[in-house]
Amino acid sequence: MSKKEILEGAMAVAHAVARCRPDVVAAYPITPQTHISEELSTIIADGELDAEFVKVESEFGAASVVLGASAAGARAYTATSSQGLMLMAEVLWNIAGMRLPVVLACANRSVSAPLSIWCDHQDAESIRDCGVIQIYAEDAQESVDQHIIAFKVAEDRRVLLPMMVNLDGFLLTHVFEPVELPDQEPVDKFLGKFEALYKLDVDNPMSFGCFTEPDKCMEGRWMIHDAQLRSLAVIEEVSANFAKAFGRNSGGLLEEYKSKDAETVLVAKGSICGTIKDVIDELRDKGQKVGLVRVKTFRPFPRQALVKALSGAKRIAVIEKGGSFGSGGIMTPDIKDALYDTSARIPVSGFCVQLGGREITADGIKEIVARVSKGEQVAYEYFGLKPALLPDLVPVD
Amino acid sequence: MSKLPGLDKLSIGCVAPPGMSVLNKTGAWRTNRPVFKHVTCIGCRACELVCPEGCVFENPGAKHTVEKLKREMPNRDFDLDYCKGCGMCAAECPVQDIDMVPEVR
Repeated sequence: MSKKEILEGAMAVAHAVARCRPDVVAAYPITPQTHISEELSTIIADGELDAEFVKVESEFGAASVVLGASAAGARAYTATSSQGLMLMAEVLWNIAGMRLPVVLACANRSVSAPLSIWCDHQDAESIRDCGVIQIYAEDAQESVDQHIIAFKVAEDRRVLLPMMVNLDGFLLTHVFEPVELPDQEPVDKFLGKFEALYKLDVDNPMSFGCFTEPDKCMEGRWMIHDAQLRSLAVIEEVSANFAKAFGRNSGGLLEEYKSKDAETVLVAKGSICGTIKDVIDELRDKGQKVGLVRVKTFRPFPRQALVKALSGAKRIAVIEKGGSFGSGGIMTPDIKDALYDTSARIPVSGFCVQLGGREITADGIKEIVARVSKGEQVAYEYFGLKPALLPDLVPVD
Repeated sequence: MSKLPGLDKLSIGCVAPPGMSVLNKTGAWRTNRPVFKHVTCIGCRACELVCPEGCVFENPGAKHTVEKLKREMPNRDFDLDYCKGCGMCAAECPVQDIDMVPEVR
């Protein structure tokens, strides 16, 4: 029987990945991801996992190696953060388009500049549209379990897309928490062997992701979109099976926390949801009807599930660790979009928090709840911005 | 491993057997067509060597007489199915025996 241990998030993830028996791991060190690939390279060097660890010159190389390995029929894994994910971006579009079920972790970290090594979601969100499925963990246990779920979903013949497990840099990668690492045998039973749909083979050569002229390219793109949408049901199915096999509800599209009868519903993803839940418990004790809808699957966007979960709310505040410069939020417009086709006209506010790892406290969450509960509606706000730090915005010679 | 669908369909991941680029007649991209004058060609093969697409070949049956050399030389011709009209052959020809003519349809 597996038992609970106190493990660092990244270490726990490395051991969970090893139990998924990847054939090829390729990664390049970057804070705060490094502990995942470092530990995996140790596991492989110690002979505990029969896999090829490919040392690469960059994240572009890492992504290219796992692309090739997956195309050759191998189960392949990589992990990265921030600038590393940016460098992988071009290859990730190819991995998605070639429909290769690579699994990767993103230890979410701010993207330069200004240079910051701390957590926000702008790295992952900036590759939102490339066809990679994105799921978000709240704690170390979910980070572990979501990796096992990710291999199963990605390799499903109805999906065949790369899948990225997002775990907040430092907040999850470097924090020691009680974690139950699943035993090898049930993971083997759950995942089975990876059988590629098509694979590179010298006796039967073929090319992946071929050139298409304008009369065919759109259909190639549509197939990625279609597979993303179909993966919604597969994620739910695999997560339910995971819960049956391992007794934990770590996957799925959403988590609804005290939101069923809530008047004010917060929407967020990642580790911040732990703080939000504490605030909700406290406010509930004072009689306030507050709840949380936690987005676990971000792409594909769980539109129907969100509409169902949110349509009873009187007001919604999206708390996100990201945004689109020159537009506003990333999740906030998503939520508005999902609700547009419903008859309910629920005010949706967007709050950008924790960019570059800025601390958000329970008091900050309470302030957001208090403001929207009083009827305030904001399109998108950099919450907790310090105007005193800003220079004259139009410099004078 | 699964079988690829027939050539009239895309496969998942746009996977294809070898040789597909032969079916794609990229000559349609051309705006200028190379035309041999077959007057001064001395058979130096510079056009063959610089062609990025391997579209210049010797035409075995045909010959022309080069006045200056008072010699017969084999003709060369273009594979217009794949020639994209880049004009490198014409630019490199040491005896200006190739014209680039606009494609007009």
